[in-house]
Amino acid sequence: MSPVLAGVLQLIALTAALALAYRPLGDYMAAVYSSPKHLRIEKVIYRCIGANADTQMRWPAYLRGVLAFSVVGVLFLYLLQRVQGGLPLSLGFASISPDQAFNTAASFVANTNWQSYSGEQAMGHVVQTAGLAVQNFVSAATGMAVAIALVRGFARSRTGDLGNFWADLVRGTVRVLVPIAVIGAIVLVACGAIQNFSGIHGVGQFMGGSQQTNGGAVASQEVIKELGTNGGGYFNANSAHPFENPNAFTNLFEIFLILVIPFALTRTFGKLVGNVKQGYAILATMGIIWLGFTALMMWTEFAHGGPALQAAGAAMEGKETRFGVGSSAIFSVATTLTSTGAVDSFHSSFTAFGGGIQLLGMMLGEIAPGGVGSGLYGMLVMAIIAVFLAGLMVGRTPEYLGKKIGTREIKLAACYILITPTLVLGFTAASMVLPDALGSMLNTKALGAGSHGFSEVLYAFTSGANNNGSAFGGLNANTPWYNTTIGLAMLLGRFLPMVFVLALAGSLAEQKPIPETAGTLRTEKPLFAGLLVGTILIITGLTYFPALALGPLAEGLS
Amino acid sequence: MNNSVRNTARLIAAGLRALLVLTVVCGVVYPLVVTGVAQAAFPGKANGSEVSSHGKVVGSSLLGQRYDKGKDKHGNPIPDLKFFQPRPSAGLGSNKTNGVNTQYDLQVSGASNLGATNTDLVKAVQERKKWVSETYDVPESKVPADAVTSSGSGLDPDISPEYAQLQTGRVAKENHLPANTVEKLVKDHTDGRLLGFMGEPRVNVLELNVALKDLVQSGGRG
Repeated sequence: MSPVLAGVLQLIALTAALALAYRPLGDYMAAVYSSPKHLRIEKVIYRCIGANADTQMRWPAYLRGVLAFSVVGVLFLYLLQRVQGGLPLSLGFASISPDQAFNTAASFVANTNWQSYSGEQAMGHVVQTAGLAVQNFVSAATGMAVAIALVRGFARSRTGDLGNFWADLVRGTVRVLVPIAVIGAIVLVACGAIQNFSGIHGVGQFMGGSQQTNGGAVASQEVIKELGTNGGGYFNANSAHPFENPNAFTNLFEIFLILVIPFALTRTFGKLVGNVKQGYAILATMGIIWLGFTALMMWTEFAHGGPALQAAGAAMEGKETRFGVGSSAIFSVATTLTSTGAVDSFHSSFTAFGGGIQLLGMMLGEIAPGGVGSGLYGMLVMAIIAVFLAGLMVGRTPEYLGKKIGTREIKLAACYILITPTLVLGFTAASMVLPDALGSMLNTKALGAGSHGFSEVLYAFTSGANNNGSAFGGLNANTPWYNTTIGLAMLLGRFLPMVFVLALAGSLAEQKPIPETAGTLRTEKPLFAGLLVGTILIITGLTYFPALALGPLAEGLS
Repeated sequence: MNNSVRNTARLIAAGLRALLVLTVVCGVVYPLVVTGVAQAAFPGKANGSEVSSHGKVVGSSLLGQRYDKGKDKHGNPIPDLKFFQPRPSAGLGSNKTNGVNTQYDLQVSGASNLGATNTDLVKAVQERKKWVSETYDVPESKVPADAVTSSGSGLDPDISPEYAQLQTGRVAKENHLPANTVEKLVKDHTDGRLLGFMGEPRVNVLELNVALKDLVQSGGRG
């Protein structure tokens, strides 16, 4: 069997697995977020929080809950790292410096998991499991809560009520993420991922002597890192490390975990707005982009353009033997089209066009299928833009799911899509004129006069502002400039969009529904899915083309 | 004003309590339960898949290592050609200065991060190709890609079957074994794709070298 055919078969198997999980998981999540009953453990948790989970919140109250919880999360994680040196089970690691601790705290709370530290060299058991892994759960649950609030905005009428943030947060964690994570972690251990608390210990070597190696709660963190589209690896090598991702099956399983909730949430959306076909149209849009990007990535990686890869004979630099080119290509697209940022192969060493596909995937706003929750709300904002454009073409007031898309809604949607480009292009441009920032680039000796070095910086801010977390790892990002600016990009890129999404949800929920007429744009039809794909590609293209031309395109064509 | 400060304080306190209780659930109970199940059901795997030879731990089957006989005067390791050699490892762990080869250092996982157009990488690939071609006496066109590129983790435990087969002649000669015995050994240690289509065929270098050592000690009768 040729590697290309094996790659295609893996993609088919993955698609089939996702299709099997789509309905049960999507329906289950719809039931979780609309059930009036609380589990016993949830009641205990609500009592600890001191919140009444049955109170309905209007959008400002919902937003205050999100922000309060996240501010506390950043401060707690910051302090935990700052006092690491004095904590038990810290494996002798010192406290983290202020700028790096800020960067890491912002990164994990914002569901980004950009890592300017090296896991096995910096973080002990307590910070990894009680700090970083906890944010992997709750930042994902926060994203899902905000997405559900927006869906309720469409589903409800003549009310400002969007649900209860604490209930949504706790239910997403306890009923969705934790159960899947427990099963997934045990599957990973059964395949060879480690799960122990043995700390740093010696292991005998074949030629004699021994080497120090890290033990840790790896499998339990690995599974939620993928499932919650977080991406922060226990080890520096992330999912390329054999202890995180031991074989070709776990590799596919981890890709499945990355994609399963974001895709299934379109079913949840369809259920909650009372028309599953609306969910299918969103699913189709996401699926077309995902499959298209994966096909392009496989094509460019198997063609292995670029002098170094041509000399080697295949694009194997930065890739593991057990995964090969095909499986690594599938992983890298899944991780950059969601907000995951975990890697099983190193993006900086992909072909120039491959790197461009990864960048473009993030620049789309990570909506195909996107991060858990953030993918769905990002895509729904794009759908609003698409119905607006369609409305302009035929001269009708745009509407979506029975709600009028008026001036206020369009203003909020426009603000949403302007945030990340502003952060990405602004900070990248600033870095290009700062000598210290330029000194962090690794690949300046590339052909094409440093375009790969430019891509490293562009990639860093694209990854940060879009809450991805993967990197062109050559960039030395552990400097005060990058730690601070990427930290800001991650926080602003996560929470400003949430402000606009919740405001939008509030404004939609207050409207009264407009009856469907013969002139209503049928948003559950293939035509609309096509229009949505076009809208996404055109908006992203117009925004980022000049930057892409200076980076990966210049490198690939040189 | 006083009211809004008090409301904010109350909200922050609720957020803190929520974080603490969820930390207990996701950061204490969850990892301990998973560890308990893992240690009870799969102790060998949960503790790093260690491989033993003659009662001594010789490494983890999941982590690559080097097979050297000392270092030259520049401090570069000299490969021991009696044993099968792993992929080049040029991972640049971010806590070491760029350019330091981690040489399968277990605590500095990571990749070179060099781009496809990087002239340093082009040079490194060409040098490695020349080395493999001269050491194992094969034309450069026969050298597979994994033999001249470094992996993502820098700890790749595997090499391709092509790279393993290409080393058999020299390994057999160094160990005074018949070439076809060593070729057969490699074949026996070649794993195909999982279920026929997942990943790529590979040879685990540590397990192969353990078997090779046993073969040599038994005088080639395997």
